[in-house]
Amino acid sequence: MAKFDLNDDSVVVVIGSGAGGGTLSNELAQKGIKVVCLEAGGRFDTSDFINDEWASYAHLAWTDKRTTSGSWRVAQDFPELPAWIVKAVGGTTTHWAGASLRFQDHEWKARSTYGDIKGAALLDWPIDGAEMAPWYAKAESKMGTTGTNDIPRLPGNNNYKILHAGATKLGYKKVHTGNMSINSQPRDDRASCQQLGFCFQGCKMGAKWSTLYSEIPKGEATGNLEVRAHAYVVQIEHDAGGKVTGVVYADGDGKMQRQKARLVALAGNSIESPRLLLNSHSALFPHGLANGAGQVGRHYMRHTTGSVYAVFDKPVHMYRGTTMAGIVQDEARNDPSRGYVGGYELETISLGIPFMAAFLEPGSWGRDFTATLDAYDNMAGLWIVGEDMPQASNRVSLNTDFKDKHGMSIANVHYDDHANDEAMRSHAFKQGAAIYEAVGASKVLLTPPYPSTHNLGTNRMSEKPEDGVVNRWGQTHEVKNLFISDGSVFTTGGAENPTLTIVALAIRQADHLAGLMSRNEI
Amino acid sequence: MRVVDKTTRVGRREFLRTTAGAAAVAAVAPTVSGQALAEPLKTVTSPAAATLVQMARDLYPHDALPTKFYQSAVSIIDTEVSGSADTINLLADGAVELDAAAKKLKGMPYAAIADEVERVAVLKSIESTPFFARMRSGMVTALYNQHDLWIKFGYEGPSFEKGGYLHRGFDDIDWLP
Repeated sequence: MAKFDLNDDSVVVVIGSGAGGGTLSNELAQKGIKVVCLEAGGRFDTSDFINDEWASYAHLAWTDKRTTSGSWRVAQDFPELPAWIVKAVGGTTTHWAGASLRFQDHEWKARSTYGDIKGAALLDWPIDGAEMAPWYAKAESKMGTTGTNDIPRLPGNNNYKILHAGATKLGYKKVHTGNMSINSQPRDDRASCQQLGFCFQGCKMGAKWSTLYSEIPKGEATGNLEVRAHAYVVQIEHDAGGKVTGVVYADGDGKMQRQKARLVALAGNSIESPRLLLNSHSALFPHGLANGAGQVGRHYMRHTTGSVYAVFDKPVHMYRGTTMAGIVQDEARNDPSRGYVGGYELETISLGIPFMAAFLEPGSWGRDFTATLDAYDNMAGLWIVGEDMPQASNRVSLNTDFKDKHGMSIANVHYDDHANDEAMRSHAFKQGAAIYEAVGASKVLLTPPYPSTHNLGTNRMSEKPEDGVVNRWGQTHEVKNLFISDGSVFTTGGAENPTLTIVALAIRQADHLAGLMSRNEI
Repeated sequence: MRVVDKTTRVGRREFLRTTAGAAAVAAVAPTVSGQALAEPLKTVTSPAAATLVQMARDLYPHDALPTKFYQSAVSIIDTEVSGSADTINLLADGAVELDAAAKKLKGMPYAAIADEVERVAVLKSIESTPFFARMRSGMVTALYNQHDLWIKFGYEGPSFEKGGYLHRGFDDIDWLP
């Protein structure tokens, strides 16, 4: 396994080891490029994962303090927990459910397709579906996505069978067990799914794709990748010419270290990435690195979400088997006649008793609430994933009233639902309820959004420097050797779970970086 | 379908505590009272502890759940608040506050009010207090994260050691039309 010197300024430093950072690190290493990947969290093995919701949460989640503001429901229910993401090697690919959906072609061109939506800062991506198709294909092959590459889809569990029965009764056609990066048969040294029901807690089978055991070990095997766990980056440094020179991070002992770099790729998720850029302000970049246009942290997106849980007269045991066991895609299209632009996916979801008590109706108490929980074993559930509107005022900014243990300002996450988001959520709630009522639900519950798992858009990709933070390659408009490699580059969010797109972009970015470096253009 | 047995098997102590049998043993075991805890609380004395256990059940009433789960939940919250000078008096003061509210509305201490609906009315009157907020939010984890309680809701908990659900009913639904 490689070990690089702190003063080795020929390495690429990748900050974060999740879908973006973990994939980029491996891809670069495969091309012979030396990489130091810095991960704030610890390194675990699949055997360390815990089939217990709260214990696993304490084990894996990013629980450093953050604050919230805005009218979104999460700020009321979970004021210090805007997002449920992971701090560990593998990042949120340890926790993700595995849904791997491509953007629809029109979603790359949201501004052109949806028009000028009042209050929304819509923009077309500088890339399109045709350009991304081969990178998606590589990502699906890498991740072993079911329903692609002749990989059979997973069998549906009880939760899915109810969704399927209700949805088809309503006339929905695109109903199936999804495109999941969970092995339906052994592949790529990973076992097949045993339907544990703990996808969110880290897959103990290793059946679900994660950079932790899929990408990173392969990168390390090349001798070109060194992953440093418990390396919490506090600042990205630059020279007088405005070129990035390296990063400062706190190691596991809290000691500050300086790793030099030829270039830096930032992949800390849409909350930490802008926070680090803003915290890296200097005389040359007084408003933060790559923030000359004032765009860093803006256009925070989190998908229009919500859940529908239904109670039946007979047992379901929704917790048995994959968490996202199936999908209804008919509403993912753009059809403004429904009263909003963009679309949404409906995907099964399941929570165990501990999380159901916390998230079903946050703040509720008394007999109405407990009567529903008493019927837990008779419940089915689905989650709404819809495109939300980017708004300049929805943003990650520094809350200078609070410092982390390294003295750096923490992140505040501000979000207000757009009228389009609210119209979409209402429609999705109505359709979700109708699905379950079609198969005899005795009670339907509309559950407000959980802390965000899809955090997007805070360093968005734009053709023009004044509209965003990075160009079509994820290279910051302002700093030539600084790249962003996570979901924060999303110009718009689409209706799809973002991981596949993040991975496809990272593979594409690695190819571009290798070209730049070999031609000595960077 | 493979269904889960949610039945509560009442242990001897619980049986004695909650039935007429309790009266028979009360003479020889006078320490057994309705809501008493096996272990004393850290921040609350005995009568107030029983008030808190009653409040705990009224917040999240599940008739099938034995009292021991509510007692454990109160103990967990008690341990949490005992760790900070800011909260160490929260439960003891809160129990006094709750009894005061009960006396004001119903003319008697909280635990003496026989009707759940009337106790809930008292709880609603203190809903905006930090004490209520801590008890309510604390209960969500202190109650529902007790592992031996899960099965009573039909939730089977960890599955990896049992080989997951692939061969144990993940797709065994048999009642769909």
